[in-house]
Amino acid sequence: MKTQEKIEYKATSNACKQCSPLGASFVFRGIERSIPLLHGSQGCSTYIRRYLISHFNEPVDIACSNFTEETAVFGGGANLKLAVENIIKQYNPELIGIATTCLSETIGEDVPMILKGYNKKNFDENFPEIVSVSTPSFSGTHIDGFHSAVRAVVDSIAVKKKISTKQINIFPGMLSPADLRHLKEIVSDFSTDYAMLPDYSDTFDGPLWTEYQEIPEGGTKIEKIASMGDAVASIEFGKILAGEESAGKLLESRFNVPCHSLGLPIGINETDAFLKALETITEKPVPEKYIQERGRLIDSYADGHKYVFEARAVVYGEEDLVIGLASFLSEIGIIPIICASGGESGLLKQKILDIIPDAEEVGIRIIEGADFVEIGEEARKIDPDFFIGNSKGYRIAREMKKPLIRVGFPIHDRLGGARIIHVGYRGAQQLFDTISNTIIATSQEASPVGYTYM
Amino acid sequence: MTNIPILKEREKYIYCKGKEEFDFTCDTKSLAGSVSQRACVFCGSRVVLYPIADALHLIHGPIGCASYTWDIRGALSSGPELHRMSFSTDLRERDIIFGGEKKLYASLVQLIDTYRPNAAFVYCTCIIGIIGDDVDSVCKRVTEEKGIPVLPVHSEGFKGTKKDGYKAACESLSMLVGTGSVEDIGRYAINIMGEFNIAGEAWTIKEYYENMGLEVVAVFTGDGRVKNIKRSHGASLNVVQCSGSILRLAQIMEEKYGIPYIRVSYFGIEDMSKALYDVAAHFKDNLGIMKKTKEIVRNEIDAIYPDLLRYKKALSGRKAAIYVGGAFKAFSMIKALRSLGIDVVLAGSQTGNKDDYEVLRDMCDEGTVILDDANPLELSKYCIEKGADLFVGGVKERPIAYKLGIAFCDHNHERKISLAGYSGMINLAKEIYSSVLSPVWKFVPSKNDFLKKHDTEMMK
Repeated sequence: MKTQEKIEYKATSNACKQCSPLGASFVFRGIERSIPLLHGSQGCSTYIRRYLISHFNEPVDIACSNFTEETAVFGGGANLKLAVENIIKQYNPELIGIATTCLSETIGEDVPMILKGYNKKNFDENFPEIVSVSTPSFSGTHIDGFHSAVRAVVDSIAVKKKISTKQINIFPGMLSPADLRHLKEIVSDFSTDYAMLPDYSDTFDGPLWTEYQEIPEGGTKIEKIASMGDAVASIEFGKILAGEESAGKLLESRFNVPCHSLGLPIGINETDAFLKALETITEKPVPEKYIQERGRLIDSYADGHKYVFEARAVVYGEEDLVIGLASFLSEIGIIPIICASGGESGLLKQKILDIIPDAEEVGIRIIEGADFVEIGEEARKIDPDFFIGNSKGYRIAREMKKPLIRVGFPIHDRLGGARIIHVGYRGAQQLFDTISNTIIATSQEASPVGYTYM
Repeated sequence: MTNIPILKEREKYIYCKGKEEFDFTCDTKSLAGSVSQRACVFCGSRVVLYPIADALHLIHGPIGCASYTWDIRGALSSGPELHRMSFSTDLRERDIIFGGEKKLYASLVQLIDTYRPNAAFVYCTCIIGIIGDDVDSVCKRVTEEKGIPVLPVHSEGFKGTKKDGYKAACESLSMLVGTGSVEDIGRYAINIMGEFNIAGEAWTIKEYYENMGLEVVAVFTGDGRVKNIKRSHGASLNVVQCSGSILRLAQIMEEKYGIPYIRVSYFGIEDMSKALYDVAAHFKDNLGIMKKTKEIVRNEIDAIYPDLLRYKKALSGRKAAIYVGGAFKAFSMIKALRSLGIDVVLAGSQTGNKDDYEVLRDMCDEGTVILDDANPLELSKYCIEKGADLFVGGVKERPIAYKLGIAFCDHNHERKISLAGYSGMINLAKEIYSSVLSPVWKFVPSKNDFLKKHDTEMMK
C-alpha cells in the first residue's frame, strides 16, 4: 500500500477533456440509422447532447436508460431493456450503440450479459444490431470512449466473407464533418472502394429537412462495416492510437487485414504519408488534383513563411490532435512551445520528440493530464504569440490578450466548428492562411502606422 | 398530421385542449429510452447554486459532470467570478476502488488555499454514495480547519429528477441562512429568490424594488454572495420566482424564521407589473411604497409601449411553441407572447406539477397541445401538426426548430440578452422579431421552389 500514500491528490480545474461516453456517442451517431443509448442517469445523455448541440448546431438525440435509486440497488437490466424497446418503437434504428457510464460501471453492470439473446435471431429481421461498449467516465477521456466504441462496433459487426473487394477501411478518429467529407473525397479520387467508421459528416452537418427525420440521414452503412474483414487494408489515424488495441489492429489480427497506423494527416508531411499509403494500397498514383493542391500549398508557404517563422504557439486538445498540429506547425517554422492535453497516455512526450527531436532544447513544454489552469500558468511564463485549440482556451487567451485560433472540438463560441477542415493539403492551406493572417493582423493592429500592405 | 411515432406510455403526458377530460400525468421519472429533454438531480442543484460568485463549487466525481457545466450559465457577477470556474475531484479508477475521500479533502484544501472563497459547495455526483464516501464528514473537517462553511450538496444524478436537485441545493443553502448578523436590516426588506441574474436580470429587478423604497437583503442566487445569504433571514418577505427551483428554501425560511413568501414572475409586462404590485401590497402599512410602485409601472410601460406596438404589428397572428424548464416560465411566456399578438399552439415544461398544468390548461386556447417531459420526436410532431412559426425554448430545442425551418427564441440559462422586466419584454420582442422576420426562412426546403423543381426533374 506504500504506493498509495505517494499519490498526490489534485483537483482538476477547467478540464481539458470530457468523459468517455461523449466520445462513444460521436461514433454511434456516425453509423447509418444508429442511435446511442447511455446506460446511466438522465443527466449523462442530456449534458452530452447539449455539449454536442452547442458545437454542431444539429439535433443530437441520445437515449438513456434513466437510472433510479432502485436501479442502482437492484441493477439496471430492466431499464436497459425498456430503453431498447422504446428506442425501437420511436426511432426504428438499424443499430443501437450502448455505452456505459461511471454509474453503471461502478455498480458492475454487465451489458452484454443483460442483453444476451437480444438479437435478430431471437426477434425478427427488423430487430436492430446492438453493440455495447464499456466507457466508464473514471477511466480515460472522451477520445478513449471514441476509439473504444469504434473497436466495439468492428468487433461485433465485421466479418470475413472471403469475397474479393477493393475496400479500404478508414478509421479517421475524432475529426470534423468537413474533414470526414474531405477524406472521403481523397479516397474516392483513388477510384477505390472504402468504408469509413465513423462517418458523421452528414448526421452532424446536414441540410434543413424537407420532412422530419427521426435519425438524420447519412453515416457508415452497416454492410460496409460487416465487409471490413474482407478489406485490402485499414488506415487509422493517431500515433497515440497506434499504441493501443484499435479497430485496425483487431482486423489485422482477426482477419489479416493489414493495418497502416498513421498520424492525423495535418500538414504536408502527414498528408504525404497518408497519400503514400493510399498509393501503396491501391497501386495507383496520387491523383493530379492533389499534386496541384500540394503545389499551391507549398507556394503559399513560400509567400508567408517569414510571418510565421519562430512564432510560438500554445497547442492543446486530444493528444493525437496536438501531435498532428505540432507536426504541421513545426513544418512551417512555428514552435509549438506548449503541447498540452487532458489525455494521459504517457506517450505524448515521445511522440512530440519523434517529430521535433530538439523540442527540449527549444524549450517546448509537453504536458499530459493538463487542465486549463495549468495551461494558463505555463502560458503566462512564456508569452506566446497565439493559442490554437478548441474554444475552451478562450478565457486564457482573452486574459493574455492573445489570439485564439479555433480548431478541433468543442467550438462553442463560434459558428462553423463542423466546417473547419484540418486534414489534407486543403486543411493545411486553411490552417496556414488563418494562422498567417492572424499573426499579420496582430502586428497590423499593434502598428502605429497601420500599413495597408503586408 | 405526421407519422412521427409517440410511445404509448407517453400518451398520458400529452393533452390537446378540447372537450376531452383533462386526465394528465406529470411529475414522474422520465421514461427509459424516451430521450427526455431533462437533465438530472445534479443539474438541478448546479443551476440553483451556480451564480453564487464568491463560493467554490467543487464537483465530486469523474470529470464529465464538471466539464459539461463549466461556464454554462449567463449568470453575471458584479465582483468575483469564481463561479465561472469548473472544479472537479476528477475521480479515477483507483479512487472508485479505494474511495474518493482523501482526494476530496486534498482538493478542497488546495482550492480553498488558492482561491480563498467565502464558502464551498461540494456536489455529490452519481457514484459518490455507491463508493461509500462520507462527504458530510469531509466537509465538516474542512469547515473546522479552514474556517469557512463547506457544504455538501446531495445531488447524486439518479436519485430523482431535476426537482430533487433543487431541493438538495435548498437544503445546503438553508445551512448558510441564519448564520449572519441581521442588525442593520430595516423593516421593508425582501429577498429576491429564484432569480439568477442571467444577462443582468437580477440587477434590473433589484433596481425596481429599490426604487419602490425596499431594501434587498439577498438575491438567491443571482450575483450571489455568501455574506448576504447568511443574513437573508433578516428580510420580512421572500419574493420567489420560477417554478420551485428555490421554493423549498422559502418554505424552510417560513417554518424556521416566520418569513412569508409570495410567488412571482418577471417575464412579460403583465406578470412583471403584478409582481411589483403584489410585493407593494404586502407592505400595507407604507402607502408610499404602493404609490412609487404605480409610478414605476406607469413610467416603464410608457417607455416601451410604442416599440412594443411596432413589434406587435409585425408579429400578430404568428403561432408559437413553448417548451421550457419550469411551468411558471411557460405561464409568463404565454401572456407575453399574447401581448405581441402571437398565439401559443404548444406549451410544455420539464418539471411542471399537477397544479401547474391545471393553470396551463386554463390559460391555453382550444387546440393547444400541452406536454410534460417531452422528447424531440413529440416536440417536432406537434410543431409540424400545429404549424408553429416560432419556438421558444433552450439549447436542446433550438436545432429541432431550425431543422424544421421554424424561428427560435432562446430562453435558456446561457442567454446573453436580458428577458426579464420591462426592458426585457422589449428584448424578447426584438429577439422574436429578428428570428421570425428573417429573410433566410424563404430558403427552407418545404417553402422553396428550387428544390421542388429539382425533385420533379429527378423524378423524370
